[in-house]
Amino acid sequence: MTIQHGAAEGTRQANTAAPQTPVIELQGLSVRFGRRDILKDLVCSLRGRAIGLLGPNGAGKSTLINTLLGFYKPCSGAARVLGYDVRTETRKIRGLVGYMPENDALISKMSAVSFVQMMAELSGLPPAAALERAHEALFCVGLAEARYRELGTYSLGMKQLAKLAQAIAHGPKLLILDEPTNGLDPSARSRMIRMIRDIRDSKQLQIVLCSHLLRDVEDTCEEVLILNQGRIAHYSNLEEERKANKRFLELELYGANGDFTEAVEKLGCECATTANRLKMILADGVEIRDIYRIAAERDVRIRRLNFRRDTLEDIFLKAMGS
Amino acid sequence: MAVYRRTYTSYSGVLTPAWSRFLVLFRYSRKNLFRSKLQTGLFVLCFFYPLACLLIIYLAHNLSFLEKIGNVGNPFNIDNRFFFVFIDVQGVLAFVLTAFTGPGLISPDLANGALPLYFCRPFSRAEYVLGKASVLTILLSQITWIPGLVLFAVQSSLAGPEWTWDHLWIAGSIVLSSLIWIAILSLLAMALSAWVKWRIVAGALLLAVLFFGAGFAQAINAVMRTQSGHFINIVYLMGTVWTSLFRIEADRSMSAAEAWIALLIYCGICLALLVRKVRAYEVVK
Repeated sequence: MTIQHGAAEGTRQANTAAPQTPVIELQGLSVRFGRRDILKDLVCSLRGRAIGLLGPNGAGKSTLINTLLGFYKPCSGAARVLGYDVRTETRKIRGLVGYMPENDALISKMSAVSFVQMMAELSGLPPAAALERAHEALFCVGLAEARYRELGTYSLGMKQLAKLAQAIAHGPKLLILDEPTNGLDPSARSRMIRMIRDIRDSKQLQIVLCSHLLRDVEDTCEEVLILNQGRIAHYSNLEEERKANKRFLELELYGANGDFTEAVEKLGCECATTANRLKMILADGVEIRDIYRIAAERDVRIRRLNFRRDTLEDIFLKAMGS
Repeated sequence: MAVYRRTYTSYSGVLTPAWSRFLVLFRYSRKNLFRSKLQTGLFVLCFFYPLACLLIIYLAHNLSFLEKIGNVGNPFNIDNRFFFVFIDVQGVLAFVLTAFTGPGLISPDLANGALPLYFCRPFSRAEYVLGKASVLTILLSQITWIPGLVLFAVQSSLAGPEWTWDHLWIAGSIVLSSLIWIAILSLLAMALSAWVKWRIVAGALLLAVLFFGAGFAQAINAVMRTQSGHFINIVYLMGTVWTSLFRIEADRSMSAAEAWIALLIYCGICLALLVRKVRAYEVVK
């Protein structure tokens, strides 16, 4: 059998182009099933290393993923994955993507290693390389001891891991995970999240994680796209939010604060007072120790100091509300 | 093999050519097929009749041996009817083999919801169908036209070039009649396997389509006093095509062209059923 080098070279090109090229680019993307609009005029450009797709059930998350993989045809607009058009370059996209579906998708009569090897071969790996990669992928996800067992005998958690193994076996540039923690108990969930973080931190591929569980997305993603009823409800860069949140403080004081608020405002901080609580945004160059110093100088006792964090839950609820 | 690696590493090695990837499905499906002792036994059984035919051809050209055992003259006539009977018998065996093998090709993938995993790779639906069809095509070829051509070659070598030249069309008939039967069986088995997720039910349905189809056709003919019922009888249609290909005199109520068209329509229907069902996710409108 002759071996081609072209596809591998294409893969390398995509790898080097990744930082400049958006992972997902949607330009007025709409998808319709019959008379029902599932996705409506989506516009965005996502470049993060780990992107979360959030939304309530029926928001269109899975439909968006299936459209990006070329399973559903857009009725209008365009979508690009790693710079490739989903209408015309589906095969190239599929060559660069590893997909872990939401539903049970494993052939129960096959052993895990045989199944993962077959999937890697279908992605284009030669049989020997596919076998090696199958073993490595199963070791990587923690199924090494069970890799010769039939998939039908696996527990739900093990099946999820086997699905992850088949998604990474061929060395994709983009890993799409659809509800990866579905049906997992807390320990299996944290193991799965740790695994996704490890893969993300390897910096050899980008991740799109689709979930309705806020914790999963918050624990693994840098960027979040929130969908609601087929529309983009909100886009948030969690990394920047986290950095920005460090400037928001919430203080609870004992007794009257005297001229403490004025002194802090003189440093350039914005303050809002309610009874014995004080919310403030720290000015550039002002540190928390400056706040403690001013409080000590005025004999103001600080009972509690919190960073006011806009959690993903807040962001999500705001997006749903809007 | 670096199985000690516990972290994710990307792959930057060579890739196989895109056209050859349907053979991956062929290899895995075939390996799975011969795990069953029943199917392996059945496959071996399919070679008994070709071996018997080989013996008959040998005996037909060794009259001295026949005379030794008391026979006078040549009781075996190796002609178009001989090869017609050969294809007929092997065709029945091919059907039995398909009834056991065919339903297990697509139904496990559908029952387990594995199709999205196939199609999220650079692997099309056409390649999937081709990969699965190649399992049956190659398997059935091994018991129909390949041994048929071997028998024809043996007969040719024993009968001489004059016989070969006069009967060369039989070789074409062997290949063509086998291929149309293989195409019908493969597509029918795969279509039923795709629509009925239970393997056993799909196998039973394949038997039903052929046998009940024949019975239903007879009933239509009897009740409506017509011959058009034969159009739903695949066995009758195949018989018409085969008799015409092997130039056998037979009283048929339809022409070979009509039978060919009907069979091609059945192939088209099966393909349409496959296209409708073999997709990553079914869109419910």
